[in-house]
Amino acid sequence: MRRLSRDRIVSIALLMPAVLAIGVFVYGMIGWSLWVSLSKANDLSFDMRLNGLANYIAVFNNIRFQLDLRNTVVFTICFVGASLVIGLLLANLLDRRIRGEAFFRSLFLFPLAISFIVTGVVWKWLLTPSAGVNILFGLDQATNRWFTDPTVLHIAADSDAGRFMASIGLGGLASSEFGIPIALMSLVIAAVWQMSGFVMALYLAALRGIPDELREAARVDGASEWQLFRRVILPLLAPVTVTAVIILGHISLKIYDLQQAMTKQGPGFATDFPASYMWQTAFNDNEFAKGAAVGIVMLVLVATLIVPYLIWNRRQDVTR
Amino acid sequence: MTTVAAPTSVPARRGLPGARRLARLGLYLALGLAALFYVIPVYLLFMTGMKTFAEAAQTSLMWQLPQAASFDSFGQAWQTISPNFMNSAKIAVPAAVLSSLLGSLNGYILAKWRFRGSETLFTLILFGMFIPYQSILIPLLKVEAGLGLYNTLLGLVLIHIIYGIPITTLIFRNYYVGIPEELVEASRMDGAGFFGIYRHVLLPLSVPGFVVVLIWQFTSAWNDFLFAVTLTGQDNWPITVAVNNLAGSFEVAWNIQMAGALIAALPTLLIYVLLGKFFMRGLLAGSLKG
Repeated sequence: MRRLSRDRIVSIALLMPAVLAIGVFVYGMIGWSLWVSLSKANDLSFDMRLNGLANYIAVFNNIRFQLDLRNTVVFTICFVGASLVIGLLLANLLDRRIRGEAFFRSLFLFPLAISFIVTGVVWKWLLTPSAGVNILFGLDQATNRWFTDPTVLHIAADSDAGRFMASIGLGGLASSEFGIPIALMSLVIAAVWQMSGFVMALYLAALRGIPDELREAARVDGASEWQLFRRVILPLLAPVTVTAVIILGHISLKIYDLQQAMTKQGPGFATDFPASYMWQTAFNDNEFAKGAAVGIVMLVLVATLIVPYLIWNRRQDVTR
Repeated sequence: MTTVAAPTSVPARRGLPGARRLARLGLYLALGLAALFYVIPVYLLFMTGMKTFAEAAQTSLMWQLPQAASFDSFGQAWQTISPNFMNSAKIAVPAAVLSSLLGSLNGYILAKWRFRGSETLFTLILFGMFIPYQSILIPLLKVEAGLGLYNTLLGLVLIHIIYGIPITTLIFRNYYVGIPEELVEASRMDGAGFFGIYRHVLLPLSVPGFVVVLIWQFTSAWNDFLFAVTLTGQDNWPITVAVNNLAGSFEVAWNIQMAGALIAALPTLLIYVLLGKFFMRGLLAGSLKG
């Protein structure tokens, strides 16, 4: 018994370095950042006296940050949505006793092994208007401008829809600040190229976990292939879908490398994101407090997504 | 419905054999198209990398094979970025090795020496894997500078180890949970303590876990851009930052850019090709599904 308790002390002592490291470098530094974000540290003198919410107010009033938030929402919806659809489609194609399945699977997955920087460099060339896919498909480079396109699709204020929205008090939404920047779609394509294989792998593993008897039973009951998929398979894939949305969603909220390698901020901040705004504010302009505020906003966004997931995951772990 | 019972045949479908064959054809066609989407960037990387500057500059011919395949562009790119390639290796290898040792220890304790609150602690550690590093970057820069680690490879190694703790702990913990408690108990009966159990029961079974974690940590350290671009200067840039700047500095020398990008991607691609199964396991572990 003494042996056991000594081992218990040893075990806790050996866990301490990791616990301390995470305590300091994750939680401590988040607290430190929070303090910086509430301070006057907006130049090299790094004045840490508190300044209330001034930095948050400044940041949220900044048009660039507002557009960054718009871009984050649009990018996240498009990137996560497209990855889910393509991943599910590929998994379903592969789950049909395909010859060369292993080959296709590896092919869809290899982009995950390379960095967003390499992906960005390659896709930049693929989508440069004077080169790449425009040459391949003979597209007009004047109209297919990809990531250089400044167009933002939105409801025009003087259109019928715009007037209707104004009449119900939503006129503010009929502006480019709530639109969809065309240039963002180039980043979406590159990100989907890199990450859709991951979704495919998740779905494929889940599909393989569904017992064949279940499919057969549904078929015996007279279900069509579509009904089988829609009523039996898809509901069983729901937990995997949640996982995929969380993982892709938090990557999307943090997106930085790909954008730096491929487009930078783009025309009229069409491809700018909170991460690049944070970096420039903090490390180019030395406005540390504002940069920290952006970092904290990003953390809140990610935590909103991740914390419920972590709790959900832990409950599952306990009941397993 | 007699066909249903046939064990190895394709499940019974409605429709004529001809229609089924057509559906199969459509299936392979769709897979082929998807394959093209994933392959095209790689094709371009190789083809452009093997062209000369003058040839690569002719965008109208960019999809064509090089007139004469040469590795000059790779040589040129390598001359520029080989120091950075070495920097990446000097960061990623020690980071991966030390991370996996630490992760194994943490995982062992959290799986086999649970204590009151250890599960909560584990969840708190896991959170560190998801945070946007922008929310700690300013203090991190201050600390690195204060410790004299700014613009050093050692500084980056330490950062990758620290921020790798959540994922490495997760992978090993989930791996060790799968090792039957009876084995641990039997070893304990034989008089083994904390270290004895680890050395004689867990460690010999840990090889796949180590492979998964080594690959994962090597890949994420090799591919890191944000920490490197914030915390190192030009002389200590790893390959990602160098390749990103290659794209900015050369006047649209696509041949050099593609060659450089390919060189940057090669080590992790090689690992993927050789050890894809283990790579996948790390990937799925990242979604907490061990």
